[in-house]
Amino acid sequence: MSSRDTGTRNTGLSPSGLKAHPPPEAARRARRFGSFYFAEHVLRSMRGYGWTIVASSVGTPVVYLFAMGIGLASLVDARAGNQGIGDVSYLTFVAPALLVTAAIMVANEEFSYPVMAGFKWRRIYHGPNASPLSSSQIATGHLMAVAVRLIFTCGIYFLIMMLFGAVPEATGWLAAVVAVVCGLSFGLPLMAYAAGIEEEKGQFPMVMRFVVTPLFLFSGTVFPLDSLPMVVRWIGWLSPLWHGTELGRVFSYDYAEPVWLSVVHVVYLVALALAGWAIAKRRYTRRLGK
Amino acid sequence: MHTNVSTKSVISARNLTKAYGEFKAVDDISFEVPAGESFGLLGPNGAGKSTAMRMIGGVSGRTLGELDIMGLDPEQHGPEVRAHLGVVPQQDNLDEDLKVRDNLIVYGRYFGLPLSYLRPKADELLEFAQLSDRAGAKVDALSGGMKRRLTIARSLINDPKILLLDEPTTGLDPQARHTLWDRLFRLKEAGVTLILTTHYMDEAEQLCDRLIVVDSGSIMAEGSPSSLIKQYSTREVLELRFGAERNAAMAGRLEGVGERLEALPDRVLIYTNDGESALEEVTGAGLHPITSLVRRASLEDVFLRLTGRSLIE
Ligand SMILES: Nc1ncnc2c1ncn2[C@@H]1O[C@H](COP(=O)(O)OP(=O)(O)O)[C@@H](O)[C@H]1O
Ligand SMILES: [Mg+2]
Repeated sequence: MSSRDTGTRNTGLSPSGLKAHPPPEAARRARRFGSFYFAEHVLRSMRGYGWTIVASSVGTPVVYLFAMGIGLASLVDARAGNQGIGDVSYLTFVAPALLVTAAIMVANEEFSYPVMAGFKWRRIYHGPNASPLSSSQIATGHLMAVAVRLIFTCGIYFLIMMLFGAVPEATGWLAAVVAVVCGLSFGLPLMAYAAGIEEEKGQFPMVMRFVVTPLFLFSGTVFPLDSLPMVVRWIGWLSPLWHGTELGRVFSYDYAEPVWLSVVHVVYLVALALAGWAIAKRRYTRRLGK
Repeated sequence: MHTNVSTKSVISARNLTKAYGEFKAVDDISFEVPAGESFGLLGPNGAGKSTAMRMIGGVSGRTLGELDIMGLDPEQHGPEVRAHLGVVPQQDNLDEDLKVRDNLIVYGRYFGLPLSYLRPKADELLEFAQLSDRAGAKVDALSGGMKRRLTIARSLINDPKILLLDEPTTGLDPQARHTLWDRLFRLKEAGVTLILTTHYMDEAEQLCDRLIVVDSGSIMAEGSPSSLIKQYSTREVLELRFGAERNAAMAGRLEGVGERLEALPDRVLIYTNDGESALEEVTGAGLHPITSLVRRASLEDVFLRLTGRSLIE
């Protein structure tokens, strides 16, 4: 019997003699790269609906930029005596907001039902959980895969904004970076929330109705925040969408804003993302039993 | 590494306990599993088998006790312990968004295995699991037995020397179960240490060199299937059915036949080393059961003896 624990197997199970590297090496790699391994898994399953992702990544900006940036813009710009808003055309004004909104929509999609599916419905997380990966690597891997999708979506969005002539400044591409970060600063707290849901009783439609939609309406997206009465302006101040949009405008058309405020935007967005990530990791660990 | 190859046991549990609040799902169990053995946890639903398996698999912490897998404590060296194992959970968790073969490859990546190894290995394991012709199929197009075989194939992707199987054949039809048993036999022959839970006594008899009988989180008995049967039962069992209402009444009149008697709602069991002559004794006494059957004693009888209940209610 003792010859068995060191012996290599030669029983026809592996006719080609393929040998995996030994367990300590597997554990070492998993400790170091585990999050990437799970991200790879999630990206492979995204390939299953890859065409939907590509189509919506192209279709959304085209439709929105046409409808709001050209359709609605013709009204706004005419009213403003062709001054647009704050000296830029309405298209230029609204484009960074639409970009950030698209990122939040992707985050809303990828950090809600798929998280529940991982724990409960399809139990996707439980496979890797029994492998050398840690529970927090599973959370981080999921996050990384969604970040890749965000980069893809925001990158395409930005290119189409350029085609529409909506980005006057050379620093405009930074607005796409801001949108990715903004997607995570909305998405990671949502991921943490989703990881705590035991029983799905329509929480995600509620998030859409009472969080995402008001954020879109009251975050200075389609009109400047200071045109709103003070009583609802605080919604914008709390909203990652407002911070992301304002910062995106600074980069895309040199929107005049004090530097300290831009710093606040960055700090606020990063802090939300980091807090969401930390809580998500804790909840994943607790829920997956380790 | 801390792996101590010279230890005889690949798994050793001492006073292992898991409590959920006041309730102890696993209550002070101890056992050792030497390399290459096929070791079973036999017990009814709710006995604590899966809870024990999750602790052994390093995915669930323990409340009390000590646990040693390949010389490592899973709570301190989780990734290292899990890297040694192949795990077949009670509930399949294949990714239905991925194709059959991709499920294996993705899983192998968790161990940092390169694609140059994983691609041919996946094909080899699909062959082993008799799923080669399904490699490109969607997982949800597979039957229950095929999913189970795919889960077993997946658990072998890292070439583990220890395989944890939690109720590998529950819910499968007899044909699918036999196919699966055959695959597990081959793994056993290959020297893989198998730890499996089941509530099927025939599965335990077929597959296990040694087993513990678990009920309500505790070990009721331990040994090889044949030694347990020898210790807790006679060689043969005479099963008599008198009809639901009359079994209990008849049991009273059967006292003295065989070595021991067990009256169940649907039948009376007479434990004896010679079933045929016990049956002659019964009919000689003028009793006429509706049906009678002499069979070899099984682990079911062991469980009944130990707990007074059937394994499957
Ligand atoms: N996470 C949990 N919280 C509370 N009780 C649990 C939990 N998991 C299992 N149990 C309880 O522990 C007992 C043993 O469960 P389990 O290990 O699944 O048994 P088996 O696998 O033998 O059917 C059951 O009574 C079950 O309800
Ligand atoms: Mg179980």
